[in-house]
Amino acid sequence: MKILLIKNAIIVNSKDIASKPQDILLENGRIAKIAPSISTKEAEIIDAKGKLVLPGLIDLHVHLRTPGQEHKETVETGSRAAAKGGFTSVFCMPNTNPVIDNASIVESIKKEAQCVGLVNVYPVGAVTKGQKCEELTDIWELAQAGCPAISDDGKAVHNSQLMRLALEYSKMAGVFIIQHCEDPCLSHRGVMNEGLVSTTLGLKGWPEVAETIIVARDIELARYLKARVHFAHMSCGRSIELIRMAKAKGIPVTAEVCPHHFTLTDDLVRSFDTNYKVNPPLRTAADVAAMKEGLADGTIDCITTDHAPHAQEEKELEFDHAPFGMIGLETSLALTITELVEKKVLTFPQLVEKMSTAPARVGGLANKGEIREGLDADITIIDPKKEWVVRKEEFASKSHNSPFVGRTLKGFVETTICGGKITYQA
Amino acid sequence: MDKEAIRRAIMRIAHEIVEKNKGTEELCLVGIRTRGVTLAQRINACIESIEGGRAPLGILDITLYRDDLADTRGKPVVHETQIDFDITGKKIVLIDDVLFTGRTIRAALDALVDFGRPASIQLAVLIDRGHRELPIRADFVGKNIPTSPSQNVKVVLSESDNAEDEVLVENAEKKS
Amino acid sequence: MTEWTRHDLLNIRDLSREEIELVLETAKSFQEVSRRDVKKVPALRGKTVVLLFFEPSTRTRISFELAAKRLSADTLSVTAGGSSVSKGESLLDTAKNIEAMNVDLIVVRHAASGAPKIIADALGPSVINAGDGCQAHPTQALLDLFTVKERLGRIEGLKVGIIGDILHSRVARSNLWGFTKLGAKVTLCGPPTLMPRDVEQLGVRVTYDLKEVVAQSDVLMVLRLQKERQQDKYLPSIREYARLFGINKEKLKSAKKELLVLHPGPINRGVEISADVADGEHSVILEQVTNGVAVRMAVLYLLLGTKSKADGEEKDGSAVS
Repeated sequence: MKILLIKNAIIVNSKDIASKPQDILLENGRIAKIAPSISTKEAEIIDAKGKLVLPGLIDLHVHLRTPGQEHKETVETGSRAAAKGGFTSVFCMPNTNPVIDNASIVESIKKEAQCVGLVNVYPVGAVTKGQKCEELTDIWELAQAGCPAISDDGKAVHNSQLMRLALEYSKMAGVFIIQHCEDPCLSHRGVMNEGLVSTTLGLKGWPEVAETIIVARDIELARYLKARVHFAHMSCGRSIELIRMAKAKGIPVTAEVCPHHFTLTDDLVRSFDTNYKVNPPLRTAADVAAMKEGLADGTIDCITTDHAPHAQEEKELEFDHAPFGMIGLETSLALTITELVEKKVLTFPQLVEKMSTAPARVGGLANKGEIREGLDADITIIDPKKEWVVRKEEFASKSHNSPFVGRTLKGFVETTICGGKITYQA
Repeated sequence: MDKEAIRRAIMRIAHEIVEKNKGTEELCLVGIRTRGVTLAQRINACIESIEGGRAPLGILDITLYRDDLADTRGKPVVHETQIDFDITGKKIVLIDDVLFTGRTIRAALDALVDFGRPASIQLAVLIDRGHRELPIRADFVGKNIPTSPSQNVKVVLSESDNAEDEVLVENAEKKS
Repeated sequence: MTEWTRHDLLNIRDLSREEIELVLETAKSFQEVSRRDVKKVPALRGKTVVLLFFEPSTRTRISFELAAKRLSADTLSVTAGGSSVSKGESLLDTAKNIEAMNVDLIVVRHAASGAPKIIADALGPSVINAGDGCQAHPTQALLDLFTVKERLGRIEGLKVGIIGDILHSRVARSNLWGFTKLGAKVTLCGPPTLMPRDVEQLGVRVTYDLKEVVAQSDVLMVLRLQKERQQDKYLPSIREYARLFGINKEKLKSAKKELLVLHPGPINRGVEISADVADGEHSVILEQVTNGVAVRMAVLYLLLGTKSKADGEEKDGSAVS
């Protein structure tokens, strides 16, 4: 394997941003050495002058659509999109067809991802067979096959008894549960946030209480069972309040938020543009403000994308009939810089915390999330000042259902290095 | 044409109408919105002073019968047509202010026949300015005014225009 | 007077008070046409109007068809079955196929909110929303406004009660905008389970007390109650609904003498309205139907008068004589 040498790197870790440039030597998939000046003959040199060097970004929430929906995304196109977005590790959700509810599917996805070789793919197994919320999957076998987490994402494990059992069992199996918080009775047929805008447009509402009820219930289960719950894609301010209270009491819960929930509001649905249809739905300006507050004060641990590709013909439908979801891998970093770092909600070290260090910690990825000698050589080099326009034709993803098309964003991924190998170069 | 000239012209038209129709029996007046209606009312008053009785008076809005609707930019405002009597078998005198291309009268004729089958339709206008595009002529004319097609003929009547009666020939503003 | 510059009519929410008044005044002029022996004027001769109905409707379709025919437009009724998904052809594909046949205006009825807007945004011909999901039914609101104005001479200052299933009613949503824009005070009354969240923020009052609404209103708009609402569990029973919110003669005892009772139809007699009220002195239900034709003629005329999106904006000041 080639040896890489990054010269003049301003290293950003979650703790701090380096005051002086350093050189980073990557060898055998590891960060071999960090020093003020390294010279070696056989290394390929990357000059990072004027750039920021971050630990590789980690996304705990991605839909790769494989198996079964390869017309939306494949492991290959999804990996390319991830690398282009600066990601070196992604968790892929199990709502595929068939559902990732047994070890053989986990293995086949891992194998395919290794063949593509652009990003570390960690399949998330289902909590219940077929995601039907009826019986548990073989959770231990899923863990053995390589699932760091289980989830019924796309739906909640809404049956409280089943959730209790899953939490107890997964503790033994050494995996954690990612909960999609949605009470299906309360959100039934809902397509957007319930409130003034849904009332005006005559669209069926998906009320915030459908989310908060599951958050509150799972906090209680986590407290009672001393088991960890990770809350996926939080959308409303009240959920953040509940999690803040739980954390203050030492209850083992963690949470993530997606860029669209800290940048967009339900007012945009007035256009009936189905790229704004997402689950959980876009909420109000007050909720957006609460997300920023939750990120800043540490209530929200991670930023994830909920990258959800859909084909154009699937999205070009009536708002009621179009599927939920938007892609996010290629815009997440720039949105976080533009909306949070530039607006002084987060610092760059905090960005690294939310997009790499915390996801590694929450996801149980021991040698990632930090730039330190001996850790995995997963590195993202960015130009924090460069502005670019999001263009439909330029997505590496197979789909382009993004509401951010046409926006000018700040922060540009220059180079992505995964396991010591360059996986993306602008 | 000043106020007095207009008054005389209207009186003369009224006399001619009565003479040609041998009185007011079966006679009906129909004014074309907007100034044709005012003229019809004035002519009717003159007829009353001559014959001692008025003819039934109808109001016609020809907007919906125009042949240039599709080319009109902005929307011509539609007003109500009020013809509260059966026109079948009647001698109708259609009244308008200016006769120009004849297209308005063509539209009015189309509209009238939708209301019934009159015995005859005659046409009275205050001004005939020439430049016909259709084979239409007036039976009663207040005044013939030769114009060039680019000119505008403006009829001002006190009832509808809030100013003293007059007829003006204006050169159209130059268009680039 | 305001000039009509719109290319489509998608909802009342977007219209200004002046635009609404222009439609009402234009409709007034069209009333007379329907009373003639020859009920036809050549205003839209050569224009093609397509009635694209993805959801069954008899009265709205007939009313539009009659309105278009009285203006001499050619009409074509297309009933597209069910949802576009089940049909295998998308909404846009269906609409684009119709556009390709050089039609001038498409009247769209669809079960999904926003569907007419999707068509209008993508296509050249004018689009009239003839009812979309629970969002809007602009011509219904316009004909209701017209009917009330004809009877009471004004809208400004009137007290209007809208009674029933507000949550699922596009008629309520459109009327709410129409009446408030013209200066009426609107009160919504119905079971709390059928009241949309935050609706007070749209400038209306909400009450569950029918008695109070009846006593103070100049206009009562009674909405159709769909029987499926009981199956959807929004209501304990249709019987209890009728007892609480059904309008009957007894409940109108405290009403003003000049009270108008409107209903968008079709009526469920004995559920939301009793026969003696539907056929009684306060009812203007059939006048609504009659006026519907004039209002739709006005809307068709106003939308088809301009040539195209591009040069529709231009104004021509020269007098036509």
